[in-house]
Amino acid sequence: MLSIIELDFGTPKSKSAQQVALTIDGREVSVPAGTSVLRAASEVGIQIPKLCATELLDAFGSCRLCLVQIEGMKGYPASCTTPVAAGMKVTTQNAKLADIRRGVMELYISDHPLDCLTCPANGHCELQDMAGAVGLREVRYGYDGRNHVYSTLKPSPSSGGGGVNFTATQTPSPSNLTLEGGGFNPLFAVKDESNPYFTFDPSKCIVCSRCVRACDEQQGTLALTIQGRGFDSKVAASQNEGFMDSECVSCGACVQACPTATLSEKSLIAQGQAEHSVTTTCAYCGVGCSFRAEMRGEDIVRMVPNKDGSANHGHSCVKGRFAIGYATHQDRILKPMIRAKISDPWREVTWQEAIAHAASEFKRIQAKYGRDSIGGITSSRCTNEETYLVQKLVRAAFGNNNVDTCARVCHSPTGYGLKQTLGESAGTQDFDSVMQADVILVIGANPTDGHPVFASQMKRRLRQGAKLIVADPRRIDIVRTPHVRADYHLKLRPGTNVALVTSLAHVIVDEGLVSEAFVRERCEPEAYAKWRAFVAEPRNSPEAMEEVTGVAAADVRAAARLYATGGNAAIYYGLGVTEHSQGSTTVMGIANLAMATGNIGREGVGVNPLRGQNNVQGSCDMGSFPHEFPGYRHVDDDAVRASFEQAWGVPLQNEPGLRIPNMFEAALDGEFKAIYIEGEDIAQSDPNTQHVTASLTSMECVVVQDLFLNETAKFAHVFLPGSSFLEKDGTFTNAERRISRVRRVMQPRNSDGTRGYADWEITQLLANAMGYPMNYAHPSEIMDEIARLTPTFHGVSFDKLDRLGSIQWPCNDAAPEGTPTMHVHEFVRGKGRFMLTEYVPTAEKVNAKYPLILTTGRILSQYNVGAQTRRTENSRWHSEDRLELHPQDAEDRGIVDGDWVGIESRAGQTVLRATVSERMQPGVVYTTFHFPFSGANVITTDNSDWATNCPEYKVTAVQITRVSQPSDWQQRYRKFSERQQELLSEAVTK
Amino acid sequence: MSLHESHDASAALVKMVNDIADYFQSEPDRELAVDGIVNHLTRFWEPRMRRKIVAYFAERKGEGLSELARAAVARLADAARSAA
Repeated sequence: MLSIIELDFGTPKSKSAQQVALTIDGREVSVPAGTSVLRAASEVGIQIPKLCATELLDAFGSCRLCLVQIEGMKGYPASCTTPVAAGMKVTTQNAKLADIRRGVMELYISDHPLDCLTCPANGHCELQDMAGAVGLREVRYGYDGRNHVYSTLKPSPSSGGGGVNFTATQTPSPSNLTLEGGGFNPLFAVKDESNPYFTFDPSKCIVCSRCVRACDEQQGTLALTIQGRGFDSKVAASQNEGFMDSECVSCGACVQACPTATLSEKSLIAQGQAEHSVTTTCAYCGVGCSFRAEMRGEDIVRMVPNKDGSANHGHSCVKGRFAIGYATHQDRILKPMIRAKISDPWREVTWQEAIAHAASEFKRIQAKYGRDSIGGITSSRCTNEETYLVQKLVRAAFGNNNVDTCARVCHSPTGYGLKQTLGESAGTQDFDSVMQADVILVIGANPTDGHPVFASQMKRRLRQGAKLIVADPRRIDIVRTPHVRADYHLKLRPGTNVALVTSLAHVIVDEGLVSEAFVRERCEPEAYAKWRAFVAEPRNSPEAMEEVTGVAAADVRAAARLYATGGNAAIYYGLGVTEHSQGSTTVMGIANLAMATGNIGREGVGVNPLRGQNNVQGSCDMGSFPHEFPGYRHVDDDAVRASFEQAWGVPLQNEPGLRIPNMFEAALDGEFKAIYIEGEDIAQSDPNTQHVTASLTSMECVVVQDLFLNETAKFAHVFLPGSSFLEKDGTFTNAERRISRVRRVMQPRNSDGTRGYADWEITQLLANAMGYPMNYAHPSEIMDEIARLTPTFHGVSFDKLDRLGSIQWPCNDAAPEGTPTMHVHEFVRGKGRFMLTEYVPTAEKVNAKYPLILTTGRILSQYNVGAQTRRTENSRWHSEDRLELHPQDAEDRGIVDGDWVGIESRAGQTVLRATVSERMQPGVVYTTFHFPFSGANVITTDNSDWATNCPEYKVTAVQITRVSQPSDWQQRYRKFSERQQELLSEAVTK
Repeated sequence: MSLHESHDASAALVKMVNDIADYFQSEPDRELAVDGIVNHLTRFWEPRMRRKIVAYFAERKGEGLSELARAAVARLADAARSAA
């Protein structure tokens, strides 16, 4: 059910602009056309009893509780399925209606257990509420319905059950039941506790179908069904399997939809109902779902997706809803620690000593090696206010521009490519825009795994009939999923995105599909003419590129025609675009396609980067790149720099600083000696692990601020315990530029005995210790400063965010409540600029020694380096990274599913278990990087995007062989890691 | 030999400039292509990196640099001389 503080209006809100006036119980009501009578009544405070209706789902009309009388209409129509009409006169309560409703409730209760006092839904059970609402006082059919059986039968002690419920592996039978009344009931269904986060208790089910509809309508997995007919109807997962073995993706939509305790969170069962709720924003992917954290004191009872959340509309995924256990995991390091060498044991110290030591080291190193010998890394997992402070610390307190962020290794090409073409480093739409798209082109993104809540919305639109083009080397789930099938799957070879995008553009020009009027009005004519001549060259045709991309020219032509002529066409892309040596070129090619066809500047179209982490957009917005101040303004802009110098009270450098890979190079050159890393794990996430760790080892002071002793922290000299998103206030900005509030639901846990600190406070302590004063009392003051100094944020404040819920920047005088769609009348840069997109093959070549291409990606249940999700039950779905390869490649090497295989590239070796899958194309293998021991980035190389140095994670030439033991690196890693854990344990026990 | 000992800073910079130059190869106006590379190096490279590639260019006569990359670094070198 919805959060404890939310009112369920019964049916979805109508978006119609037309108002309809009617009368309900004598009261004049005016609601948008298309509103149900049930909702119209609810909006004026008249609560019509309901069971199968909830506003997150389309009306169903099955429970017959919400019947009303309508003047002039025969019978008693269900108010949930009856839309309002002008002049309609509705009666929601009279003796006849009360009699009918009581009759319906009698039937429900006759077959429902009456263990209400011990039921986890007690206090928020809709069935119980409705029994009260209709005045149910007796059940003429008795209380011994078939589903009551578990209240009268218990597992016998000899069966090992010993309690009320059976375990998932037990089958009730006369031999393991103790008779306490009634006989053995063959229809008894055991409670399914297989899912780590929720239980399914069929005996409490009223077959309202809300769970099935939630799985269909909200999630789009269609894993649930109603099995059987009439009284034998029951909810079943997949082919009547346990939830864990079924197709269920554990998004929790069914749990939220359930009006009884049939589907209940295990945390709710364990803890009881929450007593208050705090609205905050998920700290996982770039969708940025809004949640209500339901609390008992400072303990989280459950996370409930906020139905008013503009990014998620009450939906969530297995990570955001359930995988929060990491925040209170025993592995959290809660005390500051320091050590002289990484071979020394850690020493727990006070905050004051840790900060003083870090500042002293930074100052010593700058005095010895120069001002530019230190730097910092901001995090997409931290808030806007925190990333802003870190870049301010580096620019103002360190006195250089050596600040970068993890977007370097994911979406930096988006920033570059969209700035060059459109003028702003951000996606052009809101998520809801997809509901107006007629053609959806997904390129280099795997939304069902990486951005599952948005993927559900996209699938909803596809089920309504939008066309789908997928460009991806693998057959990702969106290619073929229930009621969705891609019209074209362009299964290109890794590393050939530019060739494909340019050949799509060739078709658009060659076949006269350019939106000439749009281009003439909105784009630079010279750049367009040059681009047009370039893409029209025969060498850029699909026929010429077929050998490069591996995609049939006819399919490319058909896909280009569909994109250009199929109505509103929207492009969604991800790291499969950016993480290439030509990542920026592909981003520009994508923007070219949108401009050439006029698919930009209105709803349903646009260029939509699906950002990886929750605050990638925000961390980039906040000036985390070494060449840009907040708001994407270059440090060489004298006027901009002057505004920051005035506000910050210090002179600032006018030259770009070092990017992360440049820092590594400079460290190995002996010129970069110290780093402050907030919330990033470069030793696991960045490519060519051995290069990264060699760089870290060469530094004299590595300061890591994090929740856990992550891989980078094993090379650190100072560890500053960070705070989780639950422990602080601030804002995140999601992939649609939506700024949402993060609100503290519990105190920071990182107290040294005096007090704990949110991450922004730790940065502030460090700045002050460095001699640069920072005196913010609350993150809202930091946002106020951001707003003063950043034109696109001028209108943003915590007060406004609290009032509006969320805001999409730009938010300023021109758009006081934000900007859902960008570039509506003109591009941010004025005229759109077409950019040339010459295909340059990657330097990473396959040959006889390395004949396969490795590409990397993500999986639904794990998140990025896995530091959070590995410490939750999500590992039940994905407990190790595996190498996926095509059956032919497996057979050629004598590999069968589950074998240990060695993967060798020019950069290194590692060993993983094999998964043989026809999702792969021959010659291409795939893995994820969620577990450090996997060493996925031991194999990836230093190749990077020409414009931004974003690593080429997606193309590594490798060879695969069957092996019997871990790689040398893995054995070294295990030894090093175990030693670091020992050094940590020694610190803890002292 | 450790990675540290075997580190070749120049090789990384040469590869980076060549990668940038490769993008500008398709620009039909060669001067604009060189402008584009110089502009990119100026806007995105930390000054020490620019100084290093200029020094490398002087010492190694631009060995390993593509023709366009060489032209761009030569222009950077000229600008550095003028500024000195």
